[in-house]
Amino acid sequence: MAAVQDGPMELDAEKEAKPEILSDGTSNLSGNTASGTLSSSPLTAAPAGGAPKMEDQQTLIAVLQFLKRNKLSESVEILRREAGLGEHQEGSQATDGSGGGKGDGDGGDANSLLSRVSITSAAAPQSMPVKKDQPDVSVVLSAYSQQGDPPLYQVYYSGLKNFIESVLDCHRAELSQLFYPLFVHMYLELVYNNHETEAKAFFDKFSGDQECYYQDDLHILCGLTKKEHLKGNEVLLDFRTSRFVLHISRDSYQLLKRHLQERHNNQIWNIIQEHLYIDIFDGMPRSKSQIDSMSGSLAGEAKREVNKAKVFYGLLKEPEIEVPLDDEDDEAENEEGKPKKKKTKKDSLGSKSKKQDPNAPQQNRIPLPELKDSDKLDKIMYMKESTKRIRLGPENLPSICFYTFLNAFQGLTAVDFTDDSSLLAGGFADSTVRVWSVTPKKLRKVKSAGELNVIEKESDDVLERIMDEKTASESKILHGHSGPVYGVSFSPDRNYLLSSSEDGTVRLWSLQTFTCLVGYKGHNYPVWDTHFSPFGYYFVSGGHDRVARLWATDHYQPLRIFAGHLADVTCTRFHPNSNYVATGSTDRTVRLWDVLNANCVRILTGHKGPIHSLAFSPNGKFLASGSTDGRVLLWDIGHGLMIGELKGHTDTIYALKFSRDGEILASGSMDNTVRLWDSMKAFDEVETDDFTATTGHIHLPDNSQELLLGMYHSKSTPVTHLHFTRRNLLLAAGAYNSQ
Amino acid sequence: CQSTFGFIMTEREERRFAEVPRESIKLMAESSGVELSEEVAALLAEDVCYRLREATQNSSQFMRHAKRRKLSVEDLNRALRWSNTETICGYGAQDALPFRPLKEGELFFVEDREINLVELALATNIPKGCAETMVRVHVSYLDGKGNLEPQGTVPTAVQSLSEDLLKYYQQITRAILGEDPHLMKVALLDLQSNSKIAALLPYFVYVISGVKSVSHDLDQLNRLLHMVKSLVQNPYLYLGSYVRSLVSSVMYCILEPLAASINPLNDHWTLRDYAALLLSHIFWTHGDLVSGLYHQILLSLQKVLSDPVRPLCSHYGAVVGLHALGWKAVERVLYPHLPAYWANLQAVLDDYSVSNAQVKADGHKVYGAILVAVERLLKMKALSLTLAAEGSGAGLPGTTTGAVGFRENSPGLSPPPEPLSEPPLGIASHLQAGGAGCPWEEWTPVSLPAMYCELYSFFGDSLAVRFSTGPPLGGATPPGPCQPLEGRKEPASSAPNLENTRKMPQLTASMNISPRRDGSPRSPLSSSSRPGRSTSQSRDIFPKARFPLPQAGPPAFSFIIGGRQMGRRCQGRRFQTSFTPTPPLTTHPPRAYAHKLPVIGRVSKPVRRWTCSHYSLHLPL
Repeated sequence: MAAVQDGPMELDAEKEAKPEILSDGTSNLSGNTASGTLSSSPLTAAPAGGAPKMEDQQTLIAVLQFLKRNKLSESVEILRREAGLGEHQEGSQATDGSGGGKGDGDGGDANSLLSRVSITSAAAPQSMPVKKDQPDVSVVLSAYSQQGDPPLYQVYYSGLKNFIESVLDCHRAELSQLFYPLFVHMYLELVYNNHETEAKAFFDKFSGDQECYYQDDLHILCGLTKKEHLKGNEVLLDFRTSRFVLHISRDSYQLLKRHLQERHNNQIWNIIQEHLYIDIFDGMPRSKSQIDSMSGSLAGEAKREVNKAKVFYGLLKEPEIEVPLDDEDDEAENEEGKPKKKKTKKDSLGSKSKKQDPNAPQQNRIPLPELKDSDKLDKIMYMKESTKRIRLGPENLPSICFYTFLNAFQGLTAVDFTDDSSLLAGGFADSTVRVWSVTPKKLRKVKSAGELNVIEKESDDVLERIMDEKTASESKILHGHSGPVYGVSFSPDRNYLLSSSEDGTVRLWSLQTFTCLVGYKGHNYPVWDTHFSPFGYYFVSGGHDRVARLWATDHYQPLRIFAGHLADVTCTRFHPNSNYVATGSTDRTVRLWDVLNANCVRILTGHKGPIHSLAFSPNGKFLASGSTDGRVLLWDIGHGLMIGELKGHTDTIYALKFSRDGEILASGSMDNTVRLWDSMKAFDEVETDDFTATTGHIHLPDNSQELLLGMYHSKSTPVTHLHFTRRNLLLAAGAYNSQ
Repeated sequence: CQSTFGFIMTEREERRFAEVPRESIKLMAESSGVELSEEVAALLAEDVCYRLREATQNSSQFMRHAKRRKLSVEDLNRALRWSNTETICGYGAQDALPFRPLKEGELFFVEDREINLVELALATNIPKGCAETMVRVHVSYLDGKGNLEPQGTVPTAVQSLSEDLLKYYQQITRAILGEDPHLMKVALLDLQSNSKIAALLPYFVYVISGVKSVSHDLDQLNRLLHMVKSLVQNPYLYLGSYVRSLVSSVMYCILEPLAASINPLNDHWTLRDYAALLLSHIFWTHGDLVSGLYHQILLSLQKVLSDPVRPLCSHYGAVVGLHALGWKAVERVLYPHLPAYWANLQAVLDDYSVSNAQVKADGHKVYGAILVAVERLLKMKALSLTLAAEGSGAGLPGTTTGAVGFRENSPGLSPPPEPLSEPPLGIASHLQAGGAGCPWEEWTPVSLPAMYCELYSFFGDSLAVRFSTGPPLGGATPPGPCQPLEGRKEPASSAPNLENTRKMPQLTASMNISPRRDGSPRSPLSSSSRPGRSTSQSRDIFPKARFPLPQAGPPAFSFIIGGRQMGRRCQGRRFQTSFTPTPPLTTHPPRAYAHKLPVIGRVSKPVRRWTCSHYSLHLPL
């Protein structure tokens, strides 16, 4: 589909989908998937046929009836207006064609709109009553019912291949993007139509041409030879339900179009129109390296307009806290030190509070919990600590402490430190969560209710008295999950711990009583990761059901569902200002979601493998993501641009962390190394001028080696987690692997 | 039924994965009593293949999230469970399953032995519970420097000693302090190269600090010093603050009037020389670990030197210690002290009473040591001056290359290259800021001629012989004009060595650790480059005419010159014992420094005490 798809209908569809999702927490149907489902149609595949007009009308009417039956009167209105069906008669095509059409592809535009409409009619009667979790499979697959001449597929494909290889270099790189999606769709079409041998031959002949970073998908594809298999395969359903997005310059696109029209190559043209979304831009065609850096995700690159939304990446104003200066000052400070410290404190507070960051969201955009006294005390502690922070830089690298888990036969799967580095939590494959105190202070439970009654409430040391000294120990074990614990996260106030598990639940544990407080059910599938908001109260979780959910600790149902990923959500992180959530997925994209309205505001493509780690820079401007291919990508959130690629790791990166001031990025990997990168340099070097900002084309300097400040080996311990203490000491954690 | 489960693997060319052939399907069906048609079997086979692949692909996700590299049966079971398929049982064992081929049938199967449950249940060897999961923290990299603590060592504060380490410690200490020299050598070598003994470092340091309790046993002291050397040379050890402790042990050996030195037959001189070398080695390699170390060492050496109550062997130690620390140390500490000390020494040397013989011999030792130190001071100073004069641009590279060459040539315990400039690490600033009462704080550099004159007034021609006049030692030809560049480079590197080996008969054995002691090959420079290049060089630097020698410089110390000349014929130590002073002492003209003596105040008293012969050298013990 060449032209930009126009919005109203899509919005409409989402409007319909959203309330449904929100009301039904268990539904896996997502807004985007739903609209994706709508966009592919068996009927519009052959617009040449004479029948569609009649059918379209009928289906439209069917939809209207369905909507009426479900008392969705607003939608009925909109649909009527939209389709021009108010007076039950047509003319719809004409209005749409003229209204939505622009550029070259407008021929298909009307079709697409109609096709969506018609498909809704086809899907609705079948899927709604059944209440399936998945987008309706038969509908999706029936997109392939339209048959070409199977043996000719090879001819078509090689014809296109020859053409693309013969065009000018500048266009070749761009048009080569077509190979992979075309290849997959043609292969699936063959499989769907039971041309097994042709499919095999086709695969064998052309699979070698595809980019190496699609190997994983090709692996799945080559095992698939039967129509029946298509039904259960999520990856391929994803491929269907989403349009593969390509960015192609106008010149290249016209070259392609002319070629296909000359050759009357309708088969390929149809696939391009139905399954591909070609985002046309004006200007110079992109180079091969530019394309390669952005491609690799399951559904192609991100459409440009999805990254246009404004993101308030600035930090929130620090709350004003009266810092009790003299009496609280620790004894180490001498007379000279005091006035200095006061000054720095005021500076750090003042600069933030006086100048409101223009990129920061409204202070109350997301309702945040009020600060308790203990939080204020903690903030003061934090400020005190940060005055003693070591300033890191290329010449001043952090010291690294490694926390090694010994005898972790159960299998260490997740680690987290508290912000003040006093507690360490480990999630294990044997369903347990263990908490260690890494300071001499032991972990104690609160006394039982009966004993608490005896305590005098007015005494000064009541907080000390309520603790049961008998229970003091270095570590505590939390039992409750019934599957491996894949994610743990401490609350900022150190009172709670979250854990997410294969059993489909997220659990909230109290670190006062060391018991489970709540089990949040909703994902119903393994929950791969969870993360507390930096202000507490909210947390986010993501799992195998391909959605991320936003929860509040006092609600047993999710507040928001972030749906749109085409595969498992593998990792989740809160933005430092708590207004956004970043998720990484097996579909090889990173998405940024607005907590306020659950909209996806950024789709970041470029990874070539599932993403297993994310980290926001402390100033909220940048995001780092690490994947199984051992590369770290750096993103500018404001522009939605990739601004750096850090190559060096040889295995999955499971841990990423910026130093407290953001000068250093530490990455930890399965390859038993911790690497330190000069993030300041990486951010400084890429100047995002207006051109790159508008086109999204980046020239990445290949400077990983210059940015790599240090590489540190552990003996045989994969690095599972990294944490910078408030004074910028780097803590790493992992389980010793004796094999 | 698991045991009948078998695959026939076929590798078809167009597919890159294993397939289950229809024959296997049929066999499996038969084993459960179902007859399958060819067609059904084929379809089933294909489907089974696909499902297996799918399950495997899904299971890999569980593996990735469990942060493992190895796909486990558990992962596959989870994938099966989530796709509503029965899981497989009985394969949860950690150890690998043997997968065996059957030769005849091209059949592969998993070996599945029968287990007697009764036996298992009644078995008496109940497996021990596995160790508790725990977290250990260790500082892996300090300030991002990777070379600080090598992998596999755990900081001593955290680690408790393992059995093996304990055993190692016992063996090593026993071997080093024991009787068998061969065993000792092996132990020292291991100590020098073992990478896993970081945990034992405090224990070894403790053992070494035992020098104070074995001061009567030269042999033990020697062994302990060798232990220090091995530890210092071990590249895997981070000595940290233990450097201080090691240095204090070594200083003990240098400075203290050891109990062993009561017996004049004991060669404690060599021990002191060796310890001094060790000290400079520690300082040059590990000095940066403890701030102000240089300053402290200088201070303690100076204290000993200025304390006339101390026996001569202590003074000797102080002198060789200063000498080992470099000519700058000599210039700053020894040289300013010389006038005061000289009177003291003079008194000893001038006492010819029989009872004083031993003390006097010691005095000659000190004299020799001072002479060596002072000579090098002069030489290095002259060198630095000429280099400075020739322009820093040309001079510096010369010194650096010389220094590097030196280091390469003598890997063992040889005196480190001497920088012409101040030692690095801001030691100079330490000295400047050393606080009040530092004797060298007001120290101002003395010009070379002045220094030479002053020294000449002490040593007379014995000094002159070495630098400018006297018979050519190596029979070298007069220097040609063609040598400037070479000559400039050479002295920086080899001068100290050459001096040591050739020009000081008294100290030959001491300043150049003999091979049998440290096991390092004698530096090639010292043995091979005999030709008198440096003599000629020294001539260049000290053309006699340049220094107006004091007119009143009669050969007041003529006996020493005689001794020198004798010493050149005799070798090394024997010179000491065979030395016979000839001239009578009464003929001394009043020395220029005589009036300075009272400044020290105490000087005259101890001299008197020494001369009255009942004084025991080793009283402090």
